[in-house]
Amino acid sequence: MIKAILIFNNHGKPRLIRFYQYFAEDLQQQIIRETFHLVSKRDDNVCNFLEGGSLIGGSDYKLIYRHYATLYFVFCVDSSESELGILDLIQVNIIQTHVFVETLDKCFENVCELDLIFHMDKVHYILQEVVMGGMVLETNMNEIVGQVELQNRMEKSEGGLSAAPARAVSAVKNMNLPEIPRNINIGDINIKVPSLSPF
Amino acid sequence: MALKIVKGSIDRMFDKNLQDLVRGIRNHKEDEAKYISTCIDEIKQELKQDNIAVKANAVCKLTYLQMLGYDISWAAFNIVEVMSSSKFTYKRIGYLAASQCFHEGTDVIMLTTNQIRKDLSSPNQYDTGVALTGLSCFVTPDLARDLANDIMTLMSHTKPYIRKKAVLIMYKVFLKYPESLRPAFPRLKEKLEDPDPGVQSAAVNVICELARRNPKNYLSLAPLFFKLMTSSTNNWVLIKIIKLFGALTPLEPRLGKKLIEPLTNLIHSTSAMSLLYECVNTVIAVLISLSSGMPNHSASIQLCVQKLRILIEDSDQNLKYLGLLAMSKILKTHPKSVQSHKDLILQCLDDKDESIRLRALDLLYGMVSKKNLMEIVKKLMLHVDKAEGTTYRDELLTKIIDICSQSNYQYITNFEWYISILVELTRLEGTRHGHLIASQMLDVAIRVKAIRGFAVAQMAMLLDSGHLLTGNMQRNGICEVLYAAAWICGEFSEHLDDPMQTLEAMLRPKVASLPGHIQAVYVQNAAKLFATVLQKHEGATDSQAAQDTSQLLIERLPLFVQSANLEVQERASCILQLVKYIQKLQQKDVEVAEEVSALFAGELNPVAPKAQKKVPVPEGLDLDAWINEPPSESESEDEKPKAVFAKEEPKQSRARHIEVDEKELARRREARKQEQANNPFYIKSSPSSQKVYQDAPGVEHIPVVQIDLSVPLKVPGMPMSEQYLKLEEERRQKERADKKKKDKKKKKREKRGKGKRDDSGPESEEDITPAHQVDIVTEEMPENALPSDDDDKDPNDPHKALDIDLDNLLLGNDYRPLADSEKLPVRTHRREVLKSPEEDGDQDGITQEAKRRSSKEKKEKDRKSKEEEKKKKKKKHKHVVEEEPPEPLSEEPVQSEESAEVAAPPTSTSAEASDLDFWLSSAPVPPPIKEALAPKTSVAAAPDSEPDVPKDAEPDEEKSLKNKKKKQKKEKDEKKKKKRHHHHHHHGDGGGGDSVQNGTVEEEEEEEPLPPMSNYCLLAENSYIKMVYDIQGNLQDGSQVVVSVIFENKSNSFLKSMEFNVLDSLNSKLQRPEGASPHDGLVVPFQLPPGVSNEARFVFSVQSIVMPQKLKGTLTFIVKSEDSSTHEKLDFKLHFTCTSYLITTPCYSDAYAKLLESGDLKSSSLKLEGLNMPFHHLLARICFHHHFSVVERIDSCASMYSRSIQGHHVCLLVKTANQTVSIDAKCDEPSLLANVLDEIKQTFSQC
Repeated sequence: MIKAILIFNNHGKPRLIRFYQYFAEDLQQQIIRETFHLVSKRDDNVCNFLEGGSLIGGSDYKLIYRHYATLYFVFCVDSSESELGILDLIQVNIIQTHVFVETLDKCFENVCELDLIFHMDKVHYILQEVVMGGMVLETNMNEIVGQVELQNRMEKSEGGLSAAPARAVSAVKNMNLPEIPRNINIGDINIKVPSLSPF
Repeated sequence: MALKIVKGSIDRMFDKNLQDLVRGIRNHKEDEAKYISTCIDEIKQELKQDNIAVKANAVCKLTYLQMLGYDISWAAFNIVEVMSSSKFTYKRIGYLAASQCFHEGTDVIMLTTNQIRKDLSSPNQYDTGVALTGLSCFVTPDLARDLANDIMTLMSHTKPYIRKKAVLIMYKVFLKYPESLRPAFPRLKEKLEDPDPGVQSAAVNVICELARRNPKNYLSLAPLFFKLMTSSTNNWVLIKIIKLFGALTPLEPRLGKKLIEPLTNLIHSTSAMSLLYECVNTVIAVLISLSSGMPNHSASIQLCVQKLRILIEDSDQNLKYLGLLAMSKILKTHPKSVQSHKDLILQCLDDKDESIRLRALDLLYGMVSKKNLMEIVKKLMLHVDKAEGTTYRDELLTKIIDICSQSNYQYITNFEWYISILVELTRLEGTRHGHLIASQMLDVAIRVKAIRGFAVAQMAMLLDSGHLLTGNMQRNGICEVLYAAAWICGEFSEHLDDPMQTLEAMLRPKVASLPGHIQAVYVQNAAKLFATVLQKHEGATDSQAAQDTSQLLIERLPLFVQSANLEVQERASCILQLVKYIQKLQQKDVEVAEEVSALFAGELNPVAPKAQKKVPVPEGLDLDAWINEPPSESESEDEKPKAVFAKEEPKQSRARHIEVDEKELARRREARKQEQANNPFYIKSSPSSQKVYQDAPGVEHIPVVQIDLSVPLKVPGMPMSEQYLKLEEERRQKERADKKKKDKKKKKREKRGKGKRDDSGPESEEDITPAHQVDIVTEEMPENALPSDDDDKDPNDPHKALDIDLDNLLLGNDYRPLADSEKLPVRTHRREVLKSPEEDGDQDGITQEAKRRSSKEKKEKDRKSKEEEKKKKKKKHKHVVEEEPPEPLSEEPVQSEESAEVAAPPTSTSAEASDLDFWLSSAPVPPPIKEALAPKTSVAAAPDSEPDVPKDAEPDEEKSLKNKKKKQKKEKDEKKKKKRHHHHHHHGDGGGGDSVQNGTVEEEEEEEPLPPMSNYCLLAENSYIKMVYDIQGNLQDGSQVVVSVIFENKSNSFLKSMEFNVLDSLNSKLQRPEGASPHDGLVVPFQLPPGVSNEARFVFSVQSIVMPQKLKGTLTFIVKSEDSSTHEKLDFKLHFTCTSYLITTPCYSDAYAKLLESGDLKSSSLKLEGLNMPFHHLLARICFHHHFSVVERIDSCASMYSRSIQGHHVCLLVKTANQTVSIDAKCDEPSLLANVLDEIKQTFSQC
C-alpha cells in the first residue's frame, strides 16, 4: 500500500499532496516538513530509500523518493510495495513503465515546477489514473495518457455556454497583465527537467 | 433564465480562478497569510451563489489551500453540492476536494450515499470512474456497507476501465466492512483471469494485500497464482505475485520446492532489476522455510548470493542498499555463504551513504565468529575514530557493543581484550551511550569472575586519569562510565593493588561536579575501599596508615554532605559519622577492620532484568490499593537516579542498613545471615575464596584456579556437572599451560602497543580456546516466575477483521455456503414499525371485520407484488454471489466431492482442497480422478468454523436410540444424513419438565414423554477443561444477550486464574467492567478443584441481530498441581445463532391473528422430510431449542410465536403429514427469519 504521495520543491513548498490515510491538516503539514527535512539533507548520489519518518508510518514504512531539478517526488509505502518498482513508477526505469513523470511529460509537453504550481488539479487527475486509494491502478503509460486525454476532451466539450466566457476572461486577464507573471516566472522557467531517456 | 446565466458569467469575470489564486499568493510573499485570508473570504462569498460553476471554481481553489495546510472542512457541504453537479467537469472538482479532505469524522458524508450510488450507475464511465476514485479515499464503514453491492456489480462492468477501479476499491471496502469479503471473494477470484491485463493486475493487487495480512486463507489460490506467474509478462504483476509467494511459503514448504525452479529461471532471464530483486527475495524466503527440512539447495543459495553481490557492487546506490538488505535475510539461515563476502561488506562501511553503512553494520552483527570478532571490531574502532556525525558514531558504538555481547558473549575469547575495548571507547567525546558502556563493564566484571582483577585495575586507571571528569557532565554522557568504574573498584576492592590511591582519586573535589547518582556511588564505594584499606593495614599493624585513611575521609566527606542531591547527602553523612566513630575506636587501638568489612560482606549476583516483573502477585494482594492515604501535596522528591542498572538494587538495601547504629546493625546482619542461610537461592559468600583472590598478586591468578571448586562443597544453584566440567577445563589448561603463556604474552604486548597488530593467524575455530574460563553467571529469576506473555499483535489492526476463512467458500467438502445474512445488503424500503400485538388486540372490533378483510386482500396483493420484486432482486443477488447448490448442508462430504470430480475442471471451486494438495505433491497437470485419492491435509480436514460435534456427551441408551432413528432415516432418505450436531443432549440440566414451555403445557396429557433436552453445546475442550455454553436474550435490555458457560475441570489438578476473553466484533462486544480496555479479559469468578464444574455468565451487547455471528475467544488459566503450575490456554469460537436472540414470549391467538393480518411481515417457508417423531416432540423441540411458544394447536397443525430481543415478531405455522413437516413462517425481518429457519432445519437434521 502507498500511504502518501508528496511532491514538494527544494524549499519544502508542497506542490501536490495526496494522503491515502486520514491526517488532520496541521499533521499533514508537519509530515511534509519532516519528510522534507529527511530528504533534503541527502546527497543526490545516495540511495533513494529512507526508513520512514516518525510521524508517518513506523517500522514497516519506507520513504522512496526521486529528486528532479527543483522537485522532490516522495512516496511513503509499506513493505508490500517493491522499492525498485516504485522508483520505476516515479521515474523512467529499467522496466518499460515510465509511468508517472513521463505521463506528466506527455500531458504538459514538458514538465516543470510551474506546470505543477498552476495546474495542481490536473496533476491530481493524472495521479488518480495511476494510483487509486493507495494501490497502483495502472502502469501502462499509453493507457493512462489515453484515459486522461479522453476525460479532458469531455471537459472541453462540456464547457459550452458557461465556460466559454470564463476562458475568454482568463485569456484577457493573462493578456492584460503580461508583465506580472512573466517577471515572476523567468527565474523558474530555467528549471526544466532534462528529458530522460528510457534506459 | 438565459439572462441569469449570462449575468453569472459576467460576474465570474471578476472571480479569481485557481491560476489567479496561485499567482496572487506568489505575488504576496510577505503577507501570504493575510492575502489568503482575504481569498478565503471571497471564496465564502462565491460559495453562497447559486451558480454551480462559481461554486466549483471556489471549491477548486479550496483544494489548493488545503494543500497549503488550511482547514477546509467548513466547506464540506459545498463540496457535496459540487459533487452532485451533473457536469463531469464540476463533479470531478467536487470529488477531488472530497478525496482530499473527507474522512470518517466528516458528518456530511452520510448525505453522499445516494449521490455516489447514482454516479456509480451512471451511463458515463468517467462519472463512475471519478466516483470510485473519490470513494476509495473517503470510504467509511457505512458507505462500504451501503455501496458494497453496487461496487460488486461494477466488477463485471463491460468497460475494463470501470472493472479495474471497482476491483481495486473492493480492498478498501473489505477493510471497512469485513462482512463483504466472503460474498465478494468468488467474483474477485474470477477477476484474476480477466482478459484485460489492467483488471487482472488490480485483482492481483487486492488479493496480495489481503494475503499479506492473513496468508493462510489464501494458500488455496497458489496454483492459480503459479499459473499467472508463468504466463504473465507484466513485471508489476509478477513482482506482486512473487512477493505474495514469499508470504505463502513459510506456511507450506512444498510450495517452496515447486517455486524454486521457475524463480531461478526468472532470475537468469530477466533484465529488470526490480523483478530480479524480488525473485531473489522470495527464493531466500523459500530457502528459509526449507532450511529445516532439506539442506540441499546450496546451488540456489549460491545463485542468490552471487546475484546480490552483483547488486552490492553496482554503482547504483539503490541496488547496493537493497542487496545488503536481502543479504541480511540470507545471513539468518545460511551465515556461512555470506561470511565469504566479508570483504565486500567491510567495504560498504566506507560508503558515503549513511543508510548503506548502517545496513552493512547490521550485516556485520550476524557475521562475527570467534575467529573474526577481534578483526571486525578493530575495523569498526577505526571507523569510530573517523566517523564525523555523532549519530553515526553512536550507532557504531552501540553496534560494537551489540556485536560483542550478543548471545551471552558467545564470540568473545578474551575478556581482557573486551574490557580494553570498552575502556578505549570511553575516549569518545559527546556520546550519548555512556550508560551502555557502563552497564557492559558492570556486567562483564560481575559475571566473568576471572576477569575481575584485570577489570579492577583498568577501572582504577579510569578513576585515576580524570579525563572523564573534564568532559561534559550530562546525564547519559560518557561520565556514566565512572559509575561503573567506582562501583567495580569498590565492590571488588580486594583486587586493587593500591586501594589508597584509588580512594584518594574518588574523593577529589572535582567529583562533586558529577551527576548526583554517580556521586552517590562514589561515596558508597569510598566506604567499601575504606574497609579494604583498614583490613590491609591492620593486618600489618600499621595503625598510622589506617588512621590517616580515616582522617582523609573525615576531611573529604563534608564536601558530599553539602551536596544538593539528597541521596549523596544522606549516604555521605551516614558514612561520615561511621568513620568518625571508627576513628575514635582506632585511637583507643581497638581492632575494627573485621567489623567494618563485614558491613560489605557477601557477594552480589546479577538479577535478570525482567525478574521483578515476573514475580507473580500473590493472591489477594491489590497493588493499586493505598497502604496509607496519599499525602495532599506532592512531595518534593529529589530526582532519584533511575535504576539504569539492575544490579543497583541490592546495594540500596544495604545503604539502609548503614543508617542504623552499630548494635542494630549487628543484629540485622545476624538476621540477614540467618535468612540467607535458609534461602536456597542465595549464593553464599565464601570468605575463603575472597582471601585467595586477595593473596593472588595482580593478573597472575587469572587462569581460573577457583579454590572453592575443589572443596567438595555443593554450591546451591549450580549443577555438579558444571564443576566437573570446570575441573576438566582446569586439567586441560594445565596441559596447555606453555602454549597459553606464550599466547598471553603476545596478547599483552598487543595491548600495550596502542595500535593492535593483527597477528591472529589462520587459526581454526577449534583452536581458539578462551583465555579465561568464561564463568558467565546466569541471571537470577524469582521463584514461580510467570511465563512471559508477550502479546505483540496489535488488536487494533484493521486487517484482523479480514481474517476470514475463505476456503470454506471454495472447498468441496464441508463448505459453508453464504448464509443469507452474509449476502450484501440490498437497498430496501423502510418498513413501518409494527404495533405490539396486545395493543392491536385491544382495538380489535368485530364490526370492522369485513372492512379489514377487504383491506387485507389488498395488502396481500401488495405484498405479493412486493415479494415478487424482492424475489427478482434476490435472484439478481444470487447471481452475484455465485450459484451455490441450494442445500449444500444436507449433502454428504464425500458425495459433494464426488460430484465435483465428475465435473472437475482443475480450478473448480469445490475440488480446490485436494487440488492444492495434488498440485503441490506431484505433476503440474493433475488428472481429475487422482484427486480423490490425494491425501486430505489439514486444509481440507478441519472445518473449524463449524460448530463442534460433541463426542461422548450423550448417555449410552440415548445414543442407541438415536442410532436406530438414524438407520430408519437412512433408509428413507439417503441424502439427509446426520452430519452435524448443533445441540447436544444429555441428562442433568434442563430435564424434561421445563423443556416444554408456556403454551405447550396444556396439550401434554396423552402424549408420550419427551426425551430430555439441553441447549448447552460444546464450546471447546482440551485435556484440562471443557466448556459448554448457552446463549439467552436479555429480557430487560434489547441489545444484550447473556452467555452462560459451564466450565468443567477434567484434570486432576486445580484450575485457577481463569480469564475469559473474546475478540469483539463490530457487531458484538463483551461487556467489560468500566475502565477496562476492550482487549482485557474477564476474570472467571471462581476456581475449579478437580472434577468440579461451575457456571459463569457473560453479557454481550449486540447491535444487529439479523444474522448469526461467530466470535473468537480464548480462555487462559493456570493449572496447579502439587509440584508444578503451568499456564494453559484454550481457544474457542462462540457461535451466536439467530435463535439465541429470540425470547420465548407468550402470545394470544387473537393478537397473533391480527399480527399476521397486518401484512407487514415477510414470509418464508421450510420443508422437513423424513422426520419420524411425534408432533408434540417436534413442537417441544422448536419451543425449547428455538425459544418459541405455541399459540394454538389443532391436530397436526400448530401456530407458534417468538420475539427477538429487538422486538421482531417471528410467527410459525407448523403442519405435519406423512413424516413431512412444513413450516410457513413470517417475520418483519426477512434475513432474521431465514436464519432462524436454517437453524431449525439444522436442529432437525441432527435427530
